Amino acid sequence: MCETCGCGDPHMVSVEIQERILSVNDRAAAHNREHFAAHGVLAINLMGSPGSGKTAVLEATARAFTGRCRVAAIAGDLETDRDAERLRTAGIPARAITTGSACHLDASMVHHALHHESLHGARLLFIENVGNLVCPAVYDLGQAFNVVALSVTEGEDKPLKYPVMFRKADLVLVTKTDLLPHLDVRAGAIDEALGRVMPEPAVFHLSARSGDGLGRWFNWLEDQLKARGGPDAGHPAHGHHHG
Amino acid sequence: MHEYSLMTALMDRVEEEAGAHRALAVHRVRVRIGELSGVEPDLLDAAFAIVRDGTICARATLEIERVAARWECSRCRRPLDPGERLNCAACGAPAALAAGDEILLGQIELEVP
Repeated sequence: MCETCGCGDPHMVSVEIQERILSVNDRAAAHNREHFAAHGVLAINLMGSPGSGKTAVLEATARAFTGRCRVAAIAGDLETDRDAERLRTAGIPARAITTGSACHLDASMVHHALHHESLHGARLLFIENVGNLVCPAVYDLGQAFNVVALSVTEGEDKPLKYPVMFRKADLVLVTKTDLLPHLDVRAGAIDEALGRVMPEPAVFHLSARSGDGLGRWFNWLEDQLKARGGPDAGHPAHGHHHG
Repeated sequence: MHEYSLMTALMDRVEEEAGAHRALAVHRVRVRIGELSGVEPDLLDAAFAIVRDGTICARATLEIERVAARWECSRCRRPLDPGERLNCAACGAPAALAAGDEILLGQIELEVP
């Protein structure tokens, strides 16, 4: 009988599910995470608005880590593989995921990209998400850390307007700080706004163009790599059989 | 608009459950959506109106329970006021989200033979 309203209709049943709607994505993300852990790969999900400077930060990072550690990237965009191309020019293997109309990457898109052999051997893997301050925050990709790029040109109040994204961030990179003299934006006001949406705000201010502040970001990456331990040249080739 | 892809995932799960019960129709789908989940209830509703056509949910109602964000201190459990800085004014520990990030399929009501 109907257990919900007690109407006594013998043909109605109420089924209790209580399950995350994204459970399928969660399982794919868990699979990616196990793979990264097994191969000592540090995977970073880099998110931020279009034009927040994600690719520029990765280009600078790629150059800085040349010869120190094998870096690779997966870059998501609605159209074109321009970002992946820029990263290859900066010296690291990069695969583009063109999502068409999808506004975010999901775990299975990342999983498919991992099968590509150009990503083999990387120890540090950046997943540059689709430029969007909303949707990517909803999807776990199996990353170790969520890093959000926020450019000073976006204004002081972006964290308050997009709390979901910043709540999910483990680290925020406030980018394009070389432009501050030209703007009515105070860097301290951005930090203040971040403190209202992040319980444990971790924030680095930097400029990929001038190089200011990049050292702290590189050191943070080095610390995370060390914490993962394992051999310097990992084996993230995602070759396995799906049963 | 990720609500559309969320709705597709939701429909897959509902259809699977309806199939397992050999249901004739789905009458109601209840979901819980948190204020800080990143999901917009109105857009989810709009996506449902598009996706349900021609499926076992064609005549179903989507009931969305909205869950307000609730932060509390991770150490002393003091509840925080909305808009307050997310570290405890009393003991300094970081806040933890106690509710408000749910994206849950709660219950479905099925018509069975």
